[in-house]
This record gives sequence, C-alpha cells and structure tokens, in this order.
Amino acid sequence: MAETASAIADPDDVLIVAGRRYGSRLLVGTGKYRDLTQTGEAIAAAGAEIVTVAIRRTNIGQDPDEPNLLDVVDPARFTILPNTAGCFTAEDAVRTCRLARELLDGHNLVKLEVLGDPKTLYPDMPATLAAAETLVADGFEVMVYCNDDPIAARRLEEIGCVAVMPLAAPIGSGLGIQNKYNILSIVENAGVPVLVDAGVGTASDAAVAMELGCDGVLMNTAIAEAKNPVLMASAMRHAVIAGRQAYLAGRMPRRRHASASSPLTDLPF
Amino acid sequence: MNIRLNGETRQFDGVQTLAELVAELGLDGRRLAIEHNGEIVPRGERESRRLADGDRVEIVHAIGGGTP
Repeated sequence: MAETASAIADPDDVLIVAGRRYGSRLLVGTGKYRDLTQTGEAIAAAGAEIVTVAIRRTNIGQDPDEPNLLDVVDPARFTILPNTAGCFTAEDAVRTCRLARELLDGHNLVKLEVLGDPKTLYPDMPATLAAAETLVADGFEVMVYCNDDPIAARRLEEIGCVAVMPLAAPIGSGLGIQNKYNILSIVENAGVPVLVDAGVGTASDAAVAMELGCDGVLMNTAIAEAKNPVLMASAMRHAVIAGRQAYLAGRMPRRRHASASSPLTDLPF
Repeated sequence: MNIRLNGETRQFDGVQTLAELVAELGLDGRRLAIEHNGEIVPRGERESRRLADGDRVEIVHAIGGGTP
C-alpha cells in the first residue's frame, strides 16, 4: 500500500523554541513587500507560524485608518518575533526589546541582532553578547542573530539564548550558505535550536540549510524580492520540508565512482 | 507646552497627560509603546503620567521588517 507523504512525516517532528511547538520550520520577515496584502499572502503561502516585525517610530500625523501590520499578522494566530534590526549598539537593541515587550503586552520572545556596520550588516559579536546577557537577565527569551562562528554560538547558548541564528551570508545578499562546515559545527555543538538567518537566496539554499541539520530557516528578502513573492514563499515552504525530510532520512554516501542501479548479471546478450 | 515628540519639537496646548497626548494625536486604540523621558510607560499608566514642558516622548509601533 502506498503511503502518503503526510503518513510518512512524523507529526512529532516539530520545532520547539522556548518551550513552544511549531509545525513549520520556516520563519519569515515582513519587510520589503509591495503592501500589506502581499505580506499576508506570502506569510500564508510560506506556512510560517513565527513572523518577525520591526519596531519603529510611529509616523505622527499619519492617516489613522492606515492599515496596521498587526492587523495582517494577528498576534493571536502567529508568534510575533520583534527584532532589533537597525540597532548598532547593545543599548539600542535592549531598549528596542523592552519597547516591543510593552507593545506586545509582555511578550518575551525577541530576535536580537546588533549590527557592526551598514555595509556588511555583519553582527557585532561583543555587543551582541553584552545585549544577550542583559536581555536574558531581564527575562527575555532571546533568539540571536550571530556570525557563523561555533564558539560565538556556544557562548550565546551558555548565556541562555533560546536559539542561535547564524548567518548563511550577509543579510539581503541572497548568496546562499557560504560556510557549510561552520554551520554544521554549530549544529553539532548546539543544545538549542539552530536556525539559519540571513543570506538565503532561493529554495535550494533553504534545503541545504535543513539538510545540514538546522532546525529552521528565517528569511525575508529571498521571498519579498522574488519576481513572484507568493510563489517563492510556497517554494521555500516545500524546500524547508524537503531539506528536513532528507536530513531525517539520511543521505546516501558519496562515492568517487559509479554504482549501477540495475543488476549487472543475467543480461540477455 | 513644547514636547520633543519622536525627535521633533511640537507644541501642545491643553494636554496634561500622556493619555491626552495620544488622544490629541488621533492614536487612541492603536497598538503602541511609549517612552517618556527615556522610560517605558506601561499602557495602564498613561492616564496618570503627567507631561511637563520640554519632555521627550517616543511613540513606536510594529512595522514590516525581517532582517534590516
């Protein structure tokens, strides 16, 4: 009897972050979309359950009827992940997280990123470590953007971060995973979920991240800047599932030489 | 009374509290977080938080964003 894919997939294979269970291992950002309608459609096509938002000054004097992101991304349906994008100091990142907690009624899960410079958007790791310590001590559950350095990832886990999120390549670059071996080392060493954050360009990049054993992938630009963002969101959803299943299935060994699939005996000639 | 609001100095007359400022700006009912002179003011304390000339107020909300 043929088994369907859903019968083969283990329903208990879920992403667990800070004690909460998620069926989807694809996390998406909400920036760079044409409008909020497209944002909502892309999130739905991605099947994402964790959605990042940014915290910014309210535009005073705006139309009070202007649609609000949190109307599209309902905090009752999605886990909202406020991020500290745009923060270049530990102090600004901590302040942003505290504002987010007030904004979201005491919600403690945040994505920390402290950036080093505007050209590379590379994480400033000493500042990231300092901010993580402050936030964990203040009761936050910190998912943390970091470079692909196994030692930095370990330090962040020791501090008490609930997930480490190494970059695959610079934010918004779409270059794919530049150092698979470092990502693999981080995964092997980690006791908390590892999610690739930043640098994914297309579906195969997301699949590679999952095949390496990552627990999830967070992306924004790869979907939002695709020619058809909603279709790309769907592609990413499938890629993350495919990569996860391939990881669980265990790939065949690599061989230098051919190995025939058909028997080489009993040939009719 | 002058308030430094989101980085710009603006004049408000007849506004005494943070809650009145939010109403004056037409932002009642919106999901916001507010800092008053660098300190986060919980939603329930906006009514009782009095403003003085020269105070700094930051009002923020959630917008689209992922990685910067």
